[in-house]
This record gives sequence, structure tokens and C-alpha cells, in this order.
Amino acid sequence: MKIDHSLPLEYSTQENQMKILGFWIFLGAEIMLFATLFASYFVLAPRTGSGPAGSSIFELTPVLAETILLLTSSFTIGLAIHAMRLGRTKPMLVFFGITLILGLAFLGVEIYEFNHYIHVGAALQTSAFTSILLTTLGTHGAHVTFGLVWGLFIMIQIKKNGLTPQTANKSFIFSLYWHFLDVVWIFIFSFIYLKGMM
Amino acid sequence: MKLKSAILFLVITIATVLTGCEQLIVLDPKGPQAETQANDIIISASIMLFIVLAVFGILAYMLIKYRASKQKEDYEPPHIEGSILVESICVGIPVLIVAVLSFMSVQSNYKVEATPAGYEDKEPLVVYASSSAWKWHFSYPEEGIETVNYLYIPTDRALEFKLYSFGTISSFWIPQLGGQKYAMSDMVNTLHLAADVPGEYMGRNANFNGKGFAENTFNVTAMPQNEFDDWVEEVKDTASPITEEKFDELLEPGHLGQLTFTGTHLDFRPAPEGEHGGHNHGSSSNEDDSDEENHEVHDHEDHDHEESEHHH
Amino acid sequence: MEFFERFAIPHPSPAIYASMVAIGLTVIAIIAGLTYFKKWGYLWREWLTTVDHKRIGIMYLISALLMLFRGGADAIMMRAQLSMPENKLLDAQHYNEIFTTHGVVMIMFMAMPFIMALMNFVVPLQIGARDVAFPRLNALSFWLFFMGAMLFNISFVIGGSPDAGWTSYFPLAGTEFSESVGTNYYMIALQIAGIGTLATGINFMTTILKMRAPGMTLMKMPMFTWSAFITNIIIVFAFPVLTVALAMGTLDRLFASNFFTTNNGGMDMLWANLFWVWGHPEVYILVLPAFGIYSEIISTFARRNLYGYKSMVASMVIISLLSFLVWVHHFFTMGQGAFVNSIFSITTMAIAVPTGVKIFNWLFTLWKGKIVITTPMLYSLLFIPLFTIGGVTGVMLGMSAADYQYHNTMFLVAHFHLVIIPGVVFAMLAGLTYYWPKMFGFMLNERLGKLSAWIISISTLVAFIPMFFSGLDGQARRMYTYSEQAGFTMWNMISFVGAAGLAIGFALIVYNIYYSIRYAPRDIGSDPWDARSLEWATHSPVPEYNFAIVPNVDSTEAFWDAKKKGHKLFKGELEKIHMPNNSPIPFIMSSIFFVWGFSFVFAMWIPLIIATIGIFGCMAYQSFEKDHGRYISVEEIKETEEKLGGPTV
Repeated sequence: MKIDHSLPLEYSTQENQMKILGFWIFLGAEIMLFATLFASYFVLAPRTGSGPAGSSIFELTPVLAETILLLTSSFTIGLAIHAMRLGRTKPMLVFFGITLILGLAFLGVEIYEFNHYIHVGAALQTSAFTSILLTTLGTHGAHVTFGLVWGLFIMIQIKKNGLTPQTANKSFIFSLYWHFLDVVWIFIFSFIYLKGMM
Repeated sequence: MKLKSAILFLVITIATVLTGCEQLIVLDPKGPQAETQANDIIISASIMLFIVLAVFGILAYMLIKYRASKQKEDYEPPHIEGSILVESICVGIPVLIVAVLSFMSVQSNYKVEATPAGYEDKEPLVVYASSSAWKWHFSYPEEGIETVNYLYIPTDRALEFKLYSFGTISSFWIPQLGGQKYAMSDMVNTLHLAADVPGEYMGRNANFNGKGFAENTFNVTAMPQNEFDDWVEEVKDTASPITEEKFDELLEPGHLGQLTFTGTHLDFRPAPEGEHGGHNHGSSSNEDDSDEENHEVHDHEDHDHEESEHHH
Repeated sequence: MEFFERFAIPHPSPAIYASMVAIGLTVIAIIAGLTYFKKWGYLWREWLTTVDHKRIGIMYLISALLMLFRGGADAIMMRAQLSMPENKLLDAQHYNEIFTTHGVVMIMFMAMPFIMALMNFVVPLQIGARDVAFPRLNALSFWLFFMGAMLFNISFVIGGSPDAGWTSYFPLAGTEFSESVGTNYYMIALQIAGIGTLATGINFMTTILKMRAPGMTLMKMPMFTWSAFITNIIIVFAFPVLTVALAMGTLDRLFASNFFTTNNGGMDMLWANLFWVWGHPEVYILVLPAFGIYSEIISTFARRNLYGYKSMVASMVIISLLSFLVWVHHFFTMGQGAFVNSIFSITTMAIAVPTGVKIFNWLFTLWKGKIVITTPMLYSLLFIPLFTIGGVTGVMLGMSAADYQYHNTMFLVAHFHLVIIPGVVFAMLAGLTYYWPKMFGFMLNERLGKLSAWIISISTLVAFIPMFFSGLDGQARRMYTYSEQAGFTMWNMISFVGAAGLAIGFALIVYNIYYSIRYAPRDIGSDPWDARSLEWATHSPVPEYNFAIVPNVDSTEAFWDAKKKGHKLFKGELEKIHMPNNSPIPFIMSSIFFVWGFSFVFAMWIPLIIATIGIFGCMAYQSFEKDHGRYISVEEIKETEEKLGGPTV
């Protein structure tokens, strides 16, 4: 395997470059996935049946908390990649760890939020609106959960093998994934919560 | 030779489309809407036949002229990149044809989605046609009667069918009077038809809806207005009233023969239009809120409700 | 006891019991055969764990052929049932299941793997690569497709097949109107296969963008590779829509959510929209690679370069964009009004323009050529007139006002069969015959091949032309029977004769394969068709590393240049070649996916959770595994090349 040292570690082999390109294409597919969910949300949001509307169940505090947690984690994963580019494994792992802890906290708040919805009578089965709401949020949440486990695996591998073209590549791809989830959340925050609360 | 005979076979088959059309019911229209559609079909089929023949002609020419067996042993085909002129023609002609067809198509769209031309002066007859597994219920709100699986209509008067379903998506279709439209559970579609000629016509559900689909048909009888009025009077004298209980029984999956009632189920089971539409059924208190959102929905991508919205 | 009742067939019939026995016996025979001939190890090492794009291609091909016969059996039963009025061969329920599985099997499990087979086999060879970008992911794609297909196919012996049509419109497909587990199979089997397809899309886009031979710019790619590239872009953008729609359908059916139900705000029209936002591009996912195949074959046997290369590429790009803008034409009759219908009517007819450009370019490729009619060429030449008939009737269907009369009738059925059979099936049969020598090192018999091409073409016309008439005479599609007075009898009888003809044609292809395996000569060289692109510049059958030296390219027809103009294709010395290792993970993970899917269909939550853990376990194992592939030494390459008969150019 040829390593090109003129390029950043994560781009240094042809395989790495292909993986990054492939992942961008995958993110293209993910954009379509969430776009479909959003489109369906806009169609179904007014169709509340006998259940509650968004304005009566959304709570600002947990949503703001989630937003801050996820935005910050997107920042810290950026710092982790920056540290990686400088070749500093330890700060990289610290920022990586902080990212995952913030992600975990986000997930905790989201679980609280779901609990709240079910408590106030907005379960998956209640209406078309609640079905699409919980499915859209749940899809994002499942992505975060998957990311937590994946990120943990990458951290273990960096710990074991150090920064190699492989681990650097994985970390970089993970950072793309994590930023993407953040972008999706900004859409959820603006078009589902803020619009719903107005 | 084989190819030639195959082509000949094709031409003959397609020619039969145009000659044998009188027997096919879609091409034997008995109302203005079906006539518009039949015209579209014949005209577009003729233009398409011309294209098919052109393609067949070019293909036959190429095959006859440039077969290896017709060429010298040492003939080397040239390298030809393509030519802007030839390719522009290949784009230009189809664009022209599509433009002509688009023009026709748009015109016909507005025709079939409106009261048929020449029928505007008389008040249209409104019939609510609703489907349930595997029946059609026809409610005549103005006359105050209801039938199952058969339809009496006056000739020379516009008909407005209000279509909806008690369950699966069905499609209301009387080929000789005009094309079909869906009947669905949370909105009312309007189909504009009219009959020019008295007679019996076949009507059916065209959209697959389960086990009883094949038999999901109804009879249509078109008659002059006075005979239609007599029939309404007769029904009012002889039929029994429809009750909620009776209607629920009719909704059970299965096949029924032809039934006649006085009154309509619209009184106790309103159609999903206006305040009973899909957006609102069982809706909570925030009426204003959700109305505002409806506009958003339209702006985005959901056009499905325009029809029902416009009929309030 | 109640637990086991779910697995029973809702409406047993002798035919189904017979198939159960047949399936059981086949499985036993396969297991016994493998054990007796001691082939388990071979099967595992060479096929189940392979990551070689050529072998994966061949496995796709075998699956596609198997599914062709499954779907074909459904078709014959349908045509037989309708050949006479009030026929009692099938009851309504059975007929409904059969037309549903016919549609799903033919589109998802026959046509899709068939194009995947050709893309897998041909694309890396055509761009001079050693494999695809992600060989393991490629194996995973195949096995996910395969397990999805198997899951779908066991439905008719365990629990009952889906019966709401291949479009599976809600609310008919919801639990309210379809109680059996059939539609669960539909939702979950398609989901599993769909994930595999999406992965293929990503894989091939990356492969084509990153792994082309030196000198092969995008505008020097062979036309099939171009078509594969565009197809995979469509896959990446269309399949997520299906993923979401299927997920919603699954939630509705198994968790009582209200996306498409008739109450609590559910919206049946949303399913139809989502389905066709995926479904229409799907049509082009199938037909574009077919166009690519025709481009290769017509140019090869006209002994000329492809006419209008640039407009061919441009037309595919335009088709791919338009394919996302026409979905409403599948339900002009839904009541969205004259304005919306007009827009979608125009976009629909507009697709005829780029398609027409392609047809004319093929015709002009014949111009001044030296046409040799071989079996693949015969299919391609028959495709042009037949597809034109299918295509122009599509333009007619695009006239939305007239579509109110065509919609849901046999006219529509005739149209899409006359598009898909010449457009896709002919291309696949042509491609199969064309690439057969590259895959297996011998050719299929030409006489038998041409005979079957004629039988299939004529039978296609006989089977489907009558449907235009019966449709215009008021025969709705999906009717399991009709009365004698309806007047459809003659048309349907003719159709049945055509269907029988198609069966004979396909049987002849099987016989041809058998005959050629036994009797065809093996010493045919690496370029039996006198072809033009890179895949013919290596040996037949192809060695695992594809090219001993990576070729270098400076036109769209590198191999032709090498043969005729003395272009030097292989420069430089042999070097050791890096190849990926085999892996059991794709097969194991997909097998667990099968269990996962089966548990999901029957709502068995504990096995489902265990299977889910298993799937993630496989992913974790994969993440931690250190596998840097292996090298093939120069000596080994020399030995292989020698054995295959030395340099090809």
C-alpha cells in the first residue's frame, strides 16, 4: 500500500481517498433520507387527528439543551480532527471523548423528551403527526446512538494502534458523520420545533 | 426476410388499432368528456404511428444497405463522431412533436376538469359516489335518494360526481362517459361527466382493492330528464329509508346486488370534505394554527388537496 | 398453538403444497450433492466468501435467472387464468398474490440483479481496474440482495405472500385490509435488498470516479460505464426514499402508527407519492444500463464507433434529472387538478426527447457500418422497433386527460411490458450472450441463440399487443376473472398464446446453456466478437487480477485502437499486485439479516433483538479486524499469464 506523505494522513492512501469520497456519497444518500422525512413531516404535521398539535407538546428547555449539546459536540469533534492533523494523539482523544460524552448527554435529554411526549399522550400511534414526529426525531436519535458506539470503537483503535492512515481515516470520516448529524439537527430545530412552537 | 415479415406484422397490428376502434368502448364515446379523451387518443396514436413507421423505415434501410454480406470484404467502416446538424434535427423533431402534444394535453386537462362545454347553462346533477369493499354507494342529495351498485342519470345535463371511499383507494370509471378518478378516504374528488345518448353503460372500480375487485362493477343507465324525474318519484314512493344501522351493514366487506333507498347516508356520515376533510377529522382545538400550516404544506409539495379545498 | 398458526398459509392449495415439497426436495438434493461431491469447502472458499467482482457478478446472474423463472411461472399462471372467461384455475386471493409477487420478483429480484450482474462483471474491466472500490461492501450488497430475495420467496410457503400489488398502495396494504403477514414480507424483504442496492450505488460511483485506468477521462469512458455511473447516481438519490417509505409502512403494520391509515390523520396518498418518487427513477435505474449494453453491442457489430457519444451522455444526464420530476404521472387520476397534471404531463412527454436521441444515435451507428448479425446484435436490433412501440405508447399515456382512460387498464400493462421486456430483458439476454465468453471461456450456440431471440420477440408482441385493445375495451388490470359478455376473451386468449411462446423462448435459452456447456469449443481466444473496449483486452476467462499490467488509454475505444492503430495498451513491467482478501463477514452478516427479517415479519421480538445484536457484532468485528489484503507475486502473475496463453494484444 502506497502512502503519500504530502497529503494529510487521512487522505494518504488511495484506499483512504476512496473511503472519504464514498462516505460523502453516502451522506448524499442520507440527505435524501432526511429530506424525505422532512417532506413527509410537512405534509403530515397539520394532521393531528384526535391527538395534540406540536405547539401543545413541544418544550423549549430540553430542546435548547439538546441543541447546545450537539452544537458543542460538533465543535469539539472539529478540535479533535485539528489535533489529529497536528499529530497530537492525546488532545485528540480528549476532544473525541468530550464529543462522545456530549452526544451521550444529548441522547439522555432526547430520551427524557420522548418520555414526556408519551406521557402527554403523543405516542407513535396517536396520530399521523406524532408518527412522523417521533420517526423523524427517532431516526436522528438512532444515528446519534450508532455514532456513539462507532466513535467509541475508533477511540479504542487509536489508543491501541496510534494514529495510522487507517485510524486517521476512520476518525475523519466519523467527524463528517457527526457534523452531518449536527446539520440535520439544525433543520429539526428550526423547522420542527421553532416552527411548531410559533 | 424474417425481419421484414415481423415489421409487416407490426404495421398490420397497429393499423388495426385505428380501423378496429369503433368496437372498443373507450373509442366509442357517449359523452363530451369521453369524446375529448377519445380524440386525444386517436390523434396521439396517429402521430405515434408516424414515428414508429419512421423508425422502422430508417432501421430497415440501415439493415438492408449496410449488412456485412452486402459489403466488400476489405471495407473498413469510417470513424464518425456525430454531427451537430443531424443531432439537432433528432432533437428538434421530437421537441416539436412533444410541444404539439403538450399543447393538446394541457387543453384537454382543463376541459375534462371542468363542466363539459355546452352544458354550463343547466344546473349540474350532483351525485356522491362512495366506494366500500366491493360496492358503490350513490347518493343523490338534492333528490334525497340513494342507490347501491347502479346509477341512473339524466342525459344532456352536466353531472358532478363527488368521489370518496370508506377504506381503500378505488377508482370510479364509466369508460363511455369519460375517464376515471380516484375515490379516497380523506378527501372528495370531483369528476365532471355528461351523457349525450340514452343507454346502458358499464361502470366499475378500476383500482385494485382486494379480493372482490373483479366484481366491483355497477350499471349506468342514462335517460332523458323526464324519465329520470319519474324514476326519482317512484323511488321516493316505494323504497325504504336508509338508516345508520342499515348503512353500517352495507359497509361490511362483500358483494351486494342493486339496492335502493330514500334519504342519503350523507346526513349521518358526511363526506370527507370541508370541515370533515382529512386535515381536520377529529382535529384538536387549534383550528387557526393548523390552517396556517396548511398553506405551508401547499407551498411545499402537497398538491393533493387543492381539489377538495377549492370546493368549500 | 396460536403461535404456530401464523406460519400457516392463509389459503392453502395443492399447487402450494406441491411447491413446498419441491422446495424441500431441492434443498435436500443440494445439501446431499454438495456433501457427496465434497464441494462444501470449494463453495465456501471460492463463492460464499469471495470479494471478487467477477464472481459476485456471476452469482447475481445466477440469482437473476432463477428469479426470472420464478416470476415467469407467476406470469404463466396469470395468463392461463385469464385465457378464458370465468376460469376456475386460481381463486381471487391466489391470483392477487401471484400478480403481486410477479411484479416484485421481476423488478426487484430479476431485473435489478441482472443489471447488477453486468455492472459488477463489466465495469471494473471496462475501466481497467482490478476490482471495485470497496470489494467487501460489494459482497455485502450481493448477499443482502440475495437474502432479501430468499426472504421474499419463502413467503408463499410460510405465512402467505403479499397480495396488495407490487405498488402496495395503502390503506389496502395496511393491517386493516391485509391481515396476513404477506405485506410484512414485502416491506422487510425490500428493505434488506434495498440497503444492498444503495451500497452498490455508493460503491460503483466511487469506483468509476476513482479507479479508471490512466488516460481514461470521464469523456473517454465506454458508454456502458457511463450508463452505470448515471444509474448509480440515481440509485443513491432514489433508494433512500424507498427506505423511508418502507420504514413507515413497517411501522404502520407492526407498531400501529398512523402514516397511511384511514383515521387519526393518516394519509394514503403519501405512500403513493413516496413510492413513485422512488419508483419512477427505478425504471431508469433498470433501463439506462440496458441502453449502455445496447450501445456497446451495436457499435461492436456495426464495426463502427458509437455515433454521437456526447449526445448519448447528455441524454442520459437529462433522463436522470427528468426521472425525478415525473412521478405524478403514475396517478394523474388522484385529483390534483388540471394545472399539476399539465406540468407532469409535459415533463413526462419531455423524456421522449432524450430517449429519441438515443434511438436515432443507435440507428446512425449502423449507418456506413458493416453490420454482422450475431445473437446479441439480433436482440439489439429487435429491441429498437419493439421498444419504440412501448415508448410511443408511453407518450400517449403521458397525455394526462387521455390517461384517465388508460390508467389502471391493460393498456398500461401492455405499455410497460413493451418497454421493460425489449428495454431491459432483451438487453440482459444480449449482454448475457455477449459477455458469456468473457465469463466462462466459451460461447453460447449462435443458432439456438438467434432462434430464441426470434421466439421471444414475436411472443412478446403476441402477448402484449392484444392488451392495448382489451384495455381500450375496458379491461382493468389485476382482475382475476371476467364474464363472457365483457368481450375480452379473444384478446386474453391471444395473450396466453404469447406467454406460452415466451416460456418456450426462455426454456430454449436454458437448453442453449446446457448444450453449449457440453459441446461448445473452448479455444476461442480472448476477443471472439472482435470488440472495441478494454474488457476484451484481457484473457477469457478473466484472471482474478483482471489485468497483469494496468492498461493505458487515450480514446473511448482503447482496445480497438490497440488492434487497428498500434496504440500500446500495456506499458511498463509486471509488478506485484495488491488484492483484497476473502471475507466471511458479508455472508454471515446477511444470513443474520435473513433471520432478522424473518423475525420481524412475524413480530418475534426476542429473535429480532438477538439478530440485531448479531448484525452489530459483525460490524464491530469488521471495524477491529486488521486486513491489509495480500500481494500476488510477479512469478505467480507470469505463471498465470503463461497458462492463459500469453499477452492478448
